Amino acid sequence: MSAVIRRLVTVVDETRREMGKALATPTRKAAAIAVIENPCAGRYVENLDELIGIGEELGAILGGMAVEALGIQPSRAEGYGKAAIVGENGEWEHAAAILHPKLGAPLRKAVEKGAALVPSAKKMGGPGSRIDVPLGHKDAAFVRSHFDAMEVGLPDAPRANEILVAVVVTDSGRPLPRVGGLKKEEIKGEDGLR
Amino acid sequence: MNEVKAVARDASATEGGGLVKVRKFVLHVEEVLHEFGPSADPPQLKGYIAAVTANPYAGRHVKDLLPLMEALKPLGIQMAERLIAALGGKERIKAYGKSAIVGENGELEHAALWHDPGGYGMRQIIKPSKAIVPSTKKVGGPGTVVDVPLAHVNAAYVRSHFDCIECRIADAPRANEIVWIQSMATGPRIYARAGGLEDKDVKGEDGLK
Repeated sequence: MSAVIRRLVTVVDETRREMGKALATPTRKAAAIAVIENPCAGRYVENLDELIGIGEELGAILGGMAVEALGIQPSRAEGYGKAAIVGENGEWEHAAAILHPKLGAPLRKAVEKGAALVPSAKKMGGPGSRIDVPLGHKDAAFVRSHFDAMEVGLPDAPRANEILVAVVVTDSGRPLPRVGGLKKEEIKGEDGLR
Repeated sequence: MNEVKAVARDASATEGGGLVKVRKFVLHVEEVLHEFGPSADPPQLKGYIAAVTANPYAGRHVKDLLPLMEALKPLGIQMAERLIAALGGKERIKAYGKSAIVGENGELEHAALWHDPGGYGMRQIIKPSKAIVPSTKKVGGPGTVVDVPLAHVNAAYVRSHFDCIECRIADAPRANEIVWIQSMATGPRIYARAGGLEDKDVKGEDGLK
């Protein structure tokens, strides 16, 4: 069964100046958010395959929306992350079922490659709950300039029987990175780490 | 959930060449007994420790930030020791994470200074700990909430240990402050059943699997 989607929202966050300093190239992060019905709300469901399938579907939809919102070729995407907020009639594990088994593969397709683990966060909450979507470089998790986060949320979601699912894609790292570590120009992009 | 919140008493971590001035510590431990299903046996303990410090770089653009990164190292170790003690000892720690919230007179990049001291503070004590420490960061005012991610300490792909804990300190960060946070858990999500790599199958060589 496919996801019953109530809302789709896109947010693009573009930073042009930081602490008075203009950036040579603005940094941009795009969040694509879906609010869906939770088919497992209100009771204990042992087998979570339905949510796992919804995760796969949302990986493609939200990954595509985020890249499109940035207006870039998929190969220009540099960072990504994912998160879910489960409404109060659901279970913590429902977030895991959506995020971890199958959402990653179609998201990686949307950004071309994606050798690195997709960083994630999850929680339960009511309408207006916010969540910080962790971000990392898509091909090498140790790239220090791309460790970041984007806070997302909607005033009316998730309702008790809903789940809010967010995917963030970036075309850059933090605005003025200067804390050392592995640089994006140095990565091999083979093992997902370096 | 049985929630315990306590402010640690010892504020001796005010060192690091005067760059690190701690105003307060917050220690938060949750004991998850059930989630409307069977009792968790044993319950999952998860928690965070936060230190609120002055931001020596607030209010202006400072190019070289690395002195603070170095100066935070003792604090990273001290915080990890306290949280580990609150969760029952280093052998019990199975997941970790870290975050930072920079007050409004600071810069997002200041939060990134926590990657080295925050992560290695935990990894020096928790062994083996080959996995990358997941993280989040933001700029915000007093009472800002940050979601501190959690993941397996030795193999980032262990699916049962992906988790998260919220941190919020009502009076921090003030404009010229930074909140530094470490999170840890003693086990997986209590009803983990989303498949994937399991703790018992970890090879523990590359930090991933």
